Amino acid sequence: MAPLAAADIHARLKSRFGESIGALTGNRRDNASATVAPAAIVDVCRFLKTEPGLEFDCLSNLSGVDYPKRSVIEVVYHLYSYRHRHLFTLKVEAQRDDPVVPSVASVWSHADWQEREVFDLLGVVFAHHPDLRRILMPEDWPGHPLRKDFVEPEEYHGISTSRESLLKAT
Amino acid sequence: MGLTGFEVEVQRPQADGGLSTEDMTLSMGPQHPSTHGVLRFVVRADGEVMKEAIPDIGYLHRSIEKIAEKVGWHGFMPYTDRVDYVAAMPCNQGWAMAAERLAGIEVPRRGEYCRVIATEFNRIQSHLLSVGSMAMDIGAYTPFTHALREREYINDLIEELCGARLTFNYMRIGGVAWDVPPAWREKALAYVQRFEPLIDEFNDLISYNRIYTERLGGVAVVSARDAIDYNLVGPNLRGSGVQYDVRRDEPYSIYPELEFEIPVGRGEMGAVGDCFDRYIVRILEMKECCKILRQCLQQLPPGPVITKVARNLKPPAGDCYIRVESARGDMGWYVVSDGTAFPHRCKIRTGSFAAISIVPKLSRNLMIADLIAVIASLDLVAPEIDR
Repeated sequence: MAPLAAADIHARLKSRFGESIGALTGNRRDNASATVAPAAIVDVCRFLKTEPGLEFDCLSNLSGVDYPKRSVIEVVYHLYSYRHRHLFTLKVEAQRDDPVVPSVASVWSHADWQEREVFDLLGVVFAHHPDLRRILMPEDWPGHPLRKDFVEPEEYHGISTSRESLLKAT
Repeated sequence: MGLTGFEVEVQRPQADGGLSTEDMTLSMGPQHPSTHGVLRFVVRADGEVMKEAIPDIGYLHRSIEKIAEKVGWHGFMPYTDRVDYVAAMPCNQGWAMAAERLAGIEVPRRGEYCRVIATEFNRIQSHLLSVGSMAMDIGAYTPFTHALREREYINDLIEELCGARLTFNYMRIGGVAWDVPPAWREKALAYVQRFEPLIDEFNDLISYNRIYTERLGGVAVVSARDAIDYNLVGPNLRGSGVQYDVRRDEPYSIYPELEFEIPVGRGEMGAVGDCFDRYIVRILEMKECCKILRQCLQQLPPGPVITKVARNLKPPAGDCYIRVESARGDMGWYVVSDGTAFPHRCKIRTGSFAAISIVPKLSRNLMIADLIAVIASLDLVAPEIDR
């Protein structure tokens, strides 16, 4: 079966979930996306994974983007279907001061580690995640480095994070 | 990062005879010869049998994604080499393609050919290291020396092309940095001609060695369903029998014009998706690389290798999701531009990150010695996991 166009996928989501799905944006295959209300994301993902004709069996990528001007952290889901070869992007907007998004780890196993990474680097809390711990940074690292207003600490356990220019020293 | 190894609860079940037994918690790594980089596992074992192996990653985290936001579009290219230093060309290509997609830049045809030639040589290089070190991890040292010898020749060829042997920094947004040097094409063709039969020699040497296949056949089987669920990509996915390759199925660059096969695991030594299948897929892929290289080197069209791109590049606001087939499979680049000279966000989704996340599931009830085979067969490259 030929891959569905993004507009068709969006129309099917819209007819099933109505107000929870935002307008279709993007003009290419790789950036066609729709925003989803945080409360609906797990149901939307499960629907996309199981619905005949859609069957997005793979969560290709899950990432977070910080938009301080809008006071939003966007969690971006790139979904891919190996069976039908179609690609679609979902975006969930979380409030920057208290970002909580339901976890989709129960839908795709790959989401488990990806969500841990977004939690670690951007501080988004994924509700009902099986094991939400830091993954790349040390457990006691202050703050979330990929936030735009992150300020690097001057030292970590007595080790300085900066050094004098080697050129100046000579 | 930050598992101490002691938060794993020690279980003391009462055996029938009244003797109590105890699970052993082992720390494997971060400096362990078979972990292919700085990578650690906390292993809970009952004698020689593992109950669980929990990966502890992050030792090589260098905040490459944060660096992208600070150095600008052109400036990030050398950093992409460090994402995966065993196969840096596809990383170069992913970044260049993302910027080109956002800024609407066309790459000249000769530039595309140079990219594919460099990437395919790099793929052979990476697979040689993978299969060679896998044999060494299992206990056969000689194949490793054979693989590394061939890798040296390719290093030399790539060095002539771009001046570096590992961190190439060869591609640019809009093309590649240098055209092929004089007489390089003939040299490269002669090398491909010489290298291809050596794959069979390598097979005679180790691939179908009885001890070797016994160690790999039927071990750590990943079903196609699990592979997709955990987002395994590249040779790991194809080892599970899923015939999928970004180069063919989501075509980019000049791949649609080239002829090559996509080898998949067939369960020769046990079950489809075992360690042997993941291994043999890499061997077979090297042959396909030779096919691609021969076509590209013969058809290399004349013309410029790079197009003019503004030095102070400011792609219009927008986002894109680029996927390239790296040596470790489908590599995803989610890049957001806000219309300034600096990327707003660059997320790199790598094959090794997904591959290591399936280790806890695979390691259950395996022997500790088999964990080495699993790590090697998944072709984990630590810097690519941690970025």
